[in-house]
Amino acid sequence: MTLIELKNVSKRFGRLIVLRHLDLQIQQGQSIVVIGASGTGKSVLLKHIVGLLRPDEGEVWFDGKRTDPLPERDLMKIRERFGFLFQMGALFDSLTVEQNVAFPVIEHTSKGADEISNIVDEKLRLVGLPEVRKKMPMELSGGQRKRVALARAIALDPEVILYDEPTTGLDPVRSDVINELILKLQRELKVTSIVVTHDMASAFKVADRIVMLHEGRLIFDGTPESIKTTDNEIVKRFVSGNADEAELASLKQ
Amino acid sequence: MPFAVIEQIGRNTNNALAMMGDFTVFAGRTLRWLSTWWMRWKNLRLLPPLMFEVGVRSIPVISLTGAFIGMVMAIETFTQFKAIGQEERMGSVIALSVVKQIGPVLAAVMLAGRIGGALTAELGTMNVTEQLDALRVMGADPIRYLVVPRFLVCLLLLPVLTIYSDLLGILGGWIVSVKGLGIANDPFWTNAAQGVETWQIMEGIIKSFFFGGAIGLISCYKGFTCGSGASGVGRACTESFVISFVAIIMLNFFFAQISKDWYMTLYGAKSLFG
Repeated sequence: MTLIELKNVSKRFGRLIVLRHLDLQIQQGQSIVVIGASGTGKSVLLKHIVGLLRPDEGEVWFDGKRTDPLPERDLMKIRERFGFLFQMGALFDSLTVEQNVAFPVIEHTSKGADEISNIVDEKLRLVGLPEVRKKMPMELSGGQRKRVALARAIALDPEVILYDEPTTGLDPVRSDVINELILKLQRELKVTSIVVTHDMASAFKVADRIVMLHEGRLIFDGTPESIKTTDNEIVKRFVSGNADEAELASLKQ
Repeated sequence: MPFAVIEQIGRNTNNALAMMGDFTVFAGRTLRWLSTWWMRWKNLRLLPPLMFEVGVRSIPVISLTGAFIGMVMAIETFTQFKAIGQEERMGSVIALSVVKQIGPVLAAVMLAGRIGGALTAELGTMNVTEQLDALRVMGADPIRYLVVPRFLVCLLLLPVLTIYSDLLGILGGWIVSVKGLGIANDPFWTNAAQGVETWQIMEGIIKSFFFGGAIGLISCYKGFTCGSGASGVGRACTESFVISFVAIIMLNFFFAQISKDWYMTLYGAKSLFG
């Protein structure tokens, strides 16, 4: 069943065209990884799905309902069904870890203090950090911050989790912890996952479908196995991490 | 060349109008949230820490500036008043100037500098680190969660700080006049009391509500719309203070005109030296 659909979506910022007539369907329960070079519109794509950005052209659908023309107040209800892991975590600096994780629960439910405390405990345990609940975000390492942000993203048991570059800035071991966590949530919570990354090791580990964005268009859509055997030169070079002559030319001047 | 200049003027005008339109929408959304905001306990609990930061922690700087400006007024006016043998009337001039103009404007400028910049920096940093987007994704409107309480606190506490600034200004004037320059105590206070009417006290307090509201809205708006990176936040803080300051001075002019017209209509002209 199609849960999320983008139809002919275009987006520009000033003169910069970020998305060009993009079509994408995401099935329920799928783990899809969006790859592409920096600045190709991967994060912009995620923000369209959750309504943080609206397309200049085209339509965004979620669970059979068109979402892009909805007013902010209606979008709030839909967003409760999403969890979003931001690139830098986006934890609230002025709140403790516990208060950060409890935030969406307090905002959206009328649960009592004990119940909220149990949810915080459960989510922090799920991401392997039960001991940091009294700490401030500034006291955490980069990897810990992302895991706490993930605990906050899943606090309301969302149906879809969006990950914006979850392993960027982390060492390979910490990256693998995050990858395992994504797989664990996929397994245990049966969520639909959309991961934006340019870390191919992470992409191969968590994806059951990979799409590649290039200059605002989808230039690849297939399985992790099929991307390894693609004939598309741009995709091949991205997967193997090789720059072309034009990209290296600036170094020779 | 002339076309380039005209084009630049046109572009700047366009940008300024777009910003004003954007700000009006922002202010409108804040006021719309305000109508229902105070009914939820979850919202009201956001106020006390902000009230402490904006109100209690502003008291030292408001006290100091208020008192010293009163002292300076006493020093500056003494020679002129003594020359015409009216030095005992200084109490009325100091009290009237402080209550009508200096107290409200000074308190507002101090708040714009101390709190306005801090609010812009706080919200600007939240903006560039995607914390505002995180709020929206979690279904919490940033206007409701961040702007409305800050706007309310500035709106409600600036009049209190203004009263405080007024009292300290008059006290500063009294210290220099009575203790320093040897003016008799009783005439100073009698003239201070006679020189200021309830109308003028209310004028100062009412306009400080508007100053506070303007500071809160401008500071939050600049934080929400700041450019990326540390330089974007820094620039937004500077703009926030400058625009708030200009808004205070302009609002003050309009209030002076409106108040004078109303006063003349109701009571007619009255001399301080009656």
